[in-house]
Amino acid sequence: MLLTDEEQKMLNGFYGEGTKLAMKILVAVGEAYDAPKMVPVTRTHVALSNQEADLWFAEKLVAGGATCRIRPTVNPSFHLKQFQKITRIEAEDEAIVKRTHAAYNRLEAIMTYDCTPYLEKNVPRFGEVIAFSESSATPFVNSVCGARSNRESAQSALCSAITGVTPLYGYLLDENRAGEILVHVEADMTDDFSYQMLGYFVPKKTGFSIPVFEGLKNPSKEALMNLGAQLNTGGNVAMYHILGFTPEARDMKSAFQGKKPKGEVTITEADLKAMQQEISDAGGEIDFALFGCPHFTIDQIARVVDLLKGKKLKVPLFIMSSALSRNLSEKMGYMDIIREAGGELVEDTCMDQPCWKFLYGKKGITDSPKCAYYTKRRDMRFVIASLEDSVEAALKGMY
Amino acid sequence: MGQSYSCHKISGGKVQGEILFSQDGLCFYLVDPKTGVVIEKEHCLYGKSIAGKIIVFPYGKGSSVVQADGMYQMKMTGMSPAGMIVENADTTLAASAIILEAPMVNKAATEFYRDVSDGTRVELDAENGVITLL
Repeated sequence: MLLTDEEQKMLNGFYGEGTKLAMKILVAVGEAYDAPKMVPVTRTHVALSNQEADLWFAEKLVAGGATCRIRPTVNPSFHLKQFQKITRIEAEDEAIVKRTHAAYNRLEAIMTYDCTPYLEKNVPRFGEVIAFSESSATPFVNSVCGARSNRESAQSALCSAITGVTPLYGYLLDENRAGEILVHVEADMTDDFSYQMLGYFVPKKTGFSIPVFEGLKNPSKEALMNLGAQLNTGGNVAMYHILGFTPEARDMKSAFQGKKPKGEVTITEADLKAMQQEISDAGGEIDFALFGCPHFTIDQIARVVDLLKGKKLKVPLFIMSSALSRNLSEKMGYMDIIREAGGELVEDTCMDQPCWKFLYGKKGITDSPKCAYYTKRRDMRFVIASLEDSVEAALKGMY
Repeated sequence: MGQSYSCHKISGGKVQGEILFSQDGLCFYLVDPKTGVVIEKEHCLYGKSIAGKIIVFPYGKGSSVVQADGMYQMKMTGMSPAGMIVENADTTLAASAIILEAPMVNKAATEFYRDVSDGTRVELDAENGVITLL
């Protein structure tokens, strides 16, 4: 790879061992993809995870004296103080939260602890070259914003935050952003939940190809957030187009960059229903409801509040959101309504965290296939249903 | 040493082991780090161990943190696959292998896929991009 003098200085250790390691990793990634050179990034987002590998790598960079040139926003861990009111947090889990926080603080990250930076705090513009990790984020920034990011791992994005550069390859290049398979959506797509199922199902038909959706009418920001998160969970889709809607897909010609689609598929209502049945646990009694994977927006919180107003929940209901949305919920009186019903709203928290130990072995309900997928390791089972049906189920204790 | 095949380095290292094919993509987070056994029920390798194998798979799947975390935990317990031969390597997978210094290649010659099957013993020289039958 051709490196600038500054990049070579980083690689030689002029800025310390941490920066040297970050550049060494980016060069290896660049060589793996035959990238000719590095290019500057103007934004970064790191999927901090508060897990062992995350902490190991962050502390290694700290020990090497690294700090971020392009300060990243970060993904959630769990909010220690809020959870100490809900459950007993084990000493080792408290310790890793604190150590992870300290390490990222030393690296000078911006401690947003939110997985939807593309809606608030770190919103890229069209064409901007960035390094974003987090599976709901990469499809959103590439497809909806028209920014350019590869499907970064938390660690490669952190290396870009430290060095301010990323190797030039993949989705950074025009030719790799062309649509490949035309997806005719014949399903009803009546609510944001349909987009969860569409996102989870489509990669099974389109594999690694970039899908171009035809037949989607003005999806909401929540629908787009859901679509991206599930495309990138059900498959590895970090880029898609919606005909006549996303910025690089004004028409068929621009979406496919003048080429012919290499395939066409049709998605029906029956496909999405079958997918839901396949990944959802059977109905019956449930122990809890969990929402906010990705973090709920203030509009989604408002929807839950509407459904809970003046009612009592049979089983606990938890919502995860950004600190900003939680703060708004307090200001707007939403928090009182949620709590009076027997629910709770927590900030800075992901479902894939040890703070949920009190739910292990239990059966919940959620509107997010991604939530159900990653908690398999934590022995949590989920019924997957629409937001409205899930809240209804939590009020009755039964789906 | 027998027949050899070209491949393309993602993450260096030279290892030997038995080939294990996976038709499905792999999420290293959904492998039990204590045993190396795949715990994802819908997966074709469900209930099988990938520890010590040279695993041949089409692509990685999983979010931006879980691949590295899964690989890290297997490394700590010594239950990692010996090497990885992948068709489609996304950045998450490639960067995780590089960071954890786990040998990984892509672009293996088509003859490789024709000639080897589960249990074939090979040497994977990721550094130089060569797979050799033992």
